Amino acid sequence: MKEILAELERRRDVARLGGGERRIEAQHKRGKLTARERIDILLDAGSFEEYDMFKQHRCTDFGMDESHIPGDGVVTGWGTINGRTVYVFSKDFTVFGGSLSETHAQKIIKIQDMALRNRAPIVGLFDAGGARIQEGVAALGGYGEVFQRNVTSSGVIPQISVIMGPCAGGDVYSPAMTDFIFMVRDTSYMFVTGPDVVKTVTNETVTAEQLGGASIHTTKSSIADGAYDNDVEALQQMRRLIDFLPMNNLADGPEISVVDDPTRFDKSLDTLVPGNPNKPYDMKELIRKVLDEGDFFELQAKFAANIVTGFGRIEGRTVGIVANQPMVLAGVLDSDASRKAARFVRFCDCFNIPILTFVDVPGFLPGTAQEYGGLIKHGAKLLFAYAEATVPKVTVITRKAYGGAYDVMSSKHIRGDINYAWPTAEIAVMGAKGAVEILYRSELADKEKIARRTRDYEDRFANPFVAAERGYIDEVIMPHSTRRRVSRALAMLRNKKDELPWKKHDNIPL
Amino acid sequence: MFDKILIANRGEIACRVIKTARRMGIATVAVYSDADADALHVEMADEAVHIGPPAAAESYLVIDKIIAACKQTGAQAVHPGYGFLSERAEFAEALAANGIVFIGPNTRAIQAMGDKIESKKFANAANVSTVPGYLGVIETPDEAVKIAREIGFPVMIKASAGGGGKGMRIAWSEKETHEGFERARSEAASSFGDDRVFIEKFIENPRHIEIQVIGDKHGNAVYLGERECSIQRRNQKVIEEAPSPLLDEETRRKMGEQAVALAKAVDYDSAGTVEFVAGQDKSFFFLEMNTRLQVEHPVTELVTGIDLVEQMIRVAAGEKLAITQADVKLDGWAIESRIYAEDPYRNFLPSIGRLVRYRPPEEEKHAGITVRNDTGVVEGAEISMFYDPMVAKLITHAPDRATAIKAMGLALDQFVIDGIGHNIPFLSSLMKHPRWQSGELSTSFIADEYPEGFQPTSPTHEEMVVLAAVALSMEVVRKDRLDRLTGRLRPHSGKLHRDWVVKLDKEYLEIELAEGYPDLPVEIDVTIEGQTFPVTSDWLPGDLLWCGRVGHEVVAVQVRAIENGWRLDWQGCSVDSRVMLPRTAELDRLMPEKVPADTSKMLLCPMPGLVISIHVEEGEKVSAGQRLAIVEAMKMENVLVAEREGTVSAIKAAPGESLAVDAVIMEFE
Repeated sequence: MKEILAELERRRDVARLGGGERRIEAQHKRGKLTARERIDILLDAGSFEEYDMFKQHRCTDFGMDESHIPGDGVVTGWGTINGRTVYVFSKDFTVFGGSLSETHAQKIIKIQDMALRNRAPIVGLFDAGGARIQEGVAALGGYGEVFQRNVTSSGVIPQISVIMGPCAGGDVYSPAMTDFIFMVRDTSYMFVTGPDVVKTVTNETVTAEQLGGASIHTTKSSIADGAYDNDVEALQQMRRLIDFLPMNNLADGPEISVVDDPTRFDKSLDTLVPGNPNKPYDMKELIRKVLDEGDFFELQAKFAANIVTGFGRIEGRTVGIVANQPMVLAGVLDSDASRKAARFVRFCDCFNIPILTFVDVPGFLPGTAQEYGGLIKHGAKLLFAYAEATVPKVTVITRKAYGGAYDVMSSKHIRGDINYAWPTAEIAVMGAKGAVEILYRSELADKEKIARRTRDYEDRFANPFVAAERGYIDEVIMPHSTRRRVSRALAMLRNKKDELPWKKHDNIPL
Repeated sequence: MFDKILIANRGEIACRVIKTARRMGIATVAVYSDADADALHVEMADEAVHIGPPAAAESYLVIDKIIAACKQTGAQAVHPGYGFLSERAEFAEALAANGIVFIGPNTRAIQAMGDKIESKKFANAANVSTVPGYLGVIETPDEAVKIAREIGFPVMIKASAGGGGKGMRIAWSEKETHEGFERARSEAASSFGDDRVFIEKFIENPRHIEIQVIGDKHGNAVYLGERECSIQRRNQKVIEEAPSPLLDEETRRKMGEQAVALAKAVDYDSAGTVEFVAGQDKSFFFLEMNTRLQVEHPVTELVTGIDLVEQMIRVAAGEKLAITQADVKLDGWAIESRIYAEDPYRNFLPSIGRLVRYRPPEEEKHAGITVRNDTGVVEGAEISMFYDPMVAKLITHAPDRATAIKAMGLALDQFVIDGIGHNIPFLSSLMKHPRWQSGELSTSFIADEYPEGFQPTSPTHEEMVVLAAVALSMEVVRKDRLDRLTGRLRPHSGKLHRDWVVKLDKEYLEIELAEGYPDLPVEIDVTIEGQTFPVTSDWLPGDLLWCGRVGHEVVAVQVRAIENGWRLDWQGCSVDSRVMLPRTAELDRLMPEKVPADTSKMLLCPMPGLVISIHVEEGEKVSAGQRLAIVEAMKMENVLVAEREGTVSAIKAAPGESLAVDAVIMEFE
């Protein structure tokens, strides 16, 4: 009997070694951890329960029948992050380069099905060479099944992908359909076709990093939501992210005990907006000073930095923050910023995370580059996302809310629940100078007259009161009381119920 | 007594004067420039008058505007603070002409002491010790030797027309004087075309010691002990103390009596300071007299218990000095640190910007220790380029010097400033310096001890142990809270891991928690390297300051969240801490060290816009976050900052230029 039990341990030991000591060492030399080491960091100590440890491929072509490694290049199972269930699959680069076979896909599918059925988040750790060529169409079929489950689960459970090595070809589309993608700097890259194919087809010479490294995907392509220096840092931050997210679209979000007084005043906010309307200020200071403990998990920090998105907590509950950033491009809305914020707003709406919006927006960015790039439809995405969102929406206008951008930024007209403005707010069709130049075109030669017209316009419109008179602003608030106001509004909105008419799904301008 | 006074100043000194005036029941009027409309002194004063644009020459220095403000508000007297108009005789005269009292000395005293040569004459006449020397023309080396012998070695032989060290010789003996005289003379001739040289006493390792005096309009004057201000950086005082570690009772009395004699010689009728240069042998020589309240006056106030501003106001109102020399008793030791908005890591370049966080230590008097913070700013205030970069003066007072230094170290550790660069790490490092602690000072202290400027300091191993314990205590608090998140599969187990690893920068320290669940916020017993000690604090997540005890030591560490950890600032050291389970630490050791990748050597214009200004020069070293250029787009200024350290190799754009997106603004090496 003892021997039979020992045989299990022996088999487990073999399986746990994956591709063997030599390949593990090579993996470490590349600055990467193995599939199981990564799980050790991601999940609570001792909480991982592995499934399909002994699963092996059934391929017999190209000599594959000679080569079998238990687990088949992916480690799957579930465990907990701070006590809450998370499903995990982790590609094992030491086993057939982590390539996807039919059986490898089946392991992922099993976990995906469980995650969906049991309504808990799923995290995929990617470090793989793509489809296992020896398996041909069977591998492609496997991909397709994984993709389908990504889509079916979308909006039901949070899906997170972490790219921790190569991720190319068919492998990229599963992460692409999840909610968030994170990367590890210097050791991960992600592209549909690699540098060799690029060279053959377009004659471009490009390195893997230049084509799809973290530096590209966090800044230029916006594929990745963030990047970290190494595997350990990345996985620990995934634990932090999971702590913000609900288990699924019907579950209450996680709550943490409150140590930061939700009614705390911050006098320094009274001087945040500079006297000179052309001077920028850092919107992130406001975000940090309003959120619990200044804890802010920013997403896409380096892409379209003219808008800030991320998670924080107020009174121990998760909120999604969307804020114009006057420090970058004056906080203007352009195509990139609109797309970035729209996707974030939709994530929050999927998972019942209230949205807190800070507005200081001078308008949409003019120019051929923007118009040719489809600003109309990209801008519409953000408008659409806010308008369809039924979660609690609290908005604070700190300074400019000009033109159409005012409407877009979670205004009262698109079902903003509580809309506050600071006394420094200017809610108007446009800035005084631009308005006067149009209204008094005939007087432009007379500098004095124009200066007077500008002053008149400022006196009349460069304030929150015209909007407040119409009820477009629920209340003009003191900057120092923002946290108290916002936390009370969110508390009041906790049981908000708002519904859209039944539809198969909407038709957001993609 | 006056009913209402105006303070012709700004910042901390304006606030300081207002405090005393309010205590005396006198109404106060502040004046302010455009840049100071929201300043603390404006808020504190009963009334405030706007006096013009930010530049001091157009506001705080305009005599007519100050007088107009007095008339408008009915202020009967003006306290000038220090700097600005405080030592301008014509200001005092103009006030007098308008029937307004100047809270400062009489005009004649200001004029007499404001002139270097005249003040020396007064000093000589009053038998005040001046640097011995021979100001006449010396013809021969023998004559030089004779004079040197009379003065006493070492002596300095200097070109009359000289400057910048040229034609200057220090001689320690007759032989050296002989040679030095010839050399100095020929050098003087070749450098300045004027071979006249003179000789004066050379003071080795001089110290800066000054005597506080106060006089009234009735011919009374007393001295209130000394202050030592030897810790200076490029002639800017950094740390002052009272008393001086150098002086004995006898020397103090001699210096004090000479200072009073000088004050009486010019009918001095306010608070003033007589500055001396002192040798390590306690010899002392008159330098100059400052006819105003000094920046460092609080150390004198704390050791004498006398409010100098109150005395100034009283004597200005014509009251007789209520204190006699016999009443002046020095009690304990006081130290002042000047907190400057200067980045010590960037050669003390002024740093301007918004005080995103400004939390000075609590002012208190407890167990014989006093902490005082004279400041003119609040959180959210703007440090502008227009005025002095001093943010605050932190003063501690204790029964003895060692205790006062320790209290200062702790108070500096508690001083939280974010948003601008500041010199607190440097001050903290100074407080730990053995030579400072020993009191063996000289005006070249900073140049001697920090010849390469100030570099970030790494903690010692003992300090690392303290920081590891602090980091673990915070992790225990954090972990406990996360273990109570809602939505868990099972309730909190009530258990904590006992073995931990704290990573401080690149080092790993193993640390063990004692058995049992700790009390919270936090009381833990930890074992590091065989040593077990308790750690207690009331720190909660989000607090910027961890205050508590590690072992028996009272410790205050500043805490700022970073990815997966905290940056800890303590005693001038800044360390990134990460608390890990042993397994995580084991894997973390496998991670390669990251050399910041040089992905771009250019600053590109992020949008089509107009270059407003370029803030660096070619060849300049820049640090991450440093402001490089401002580009205006959409009528808004965009500040472009350095993403990493580097050296500017070429600047490709100029202010006023319109740039397309991705145009090169500058290149880096």
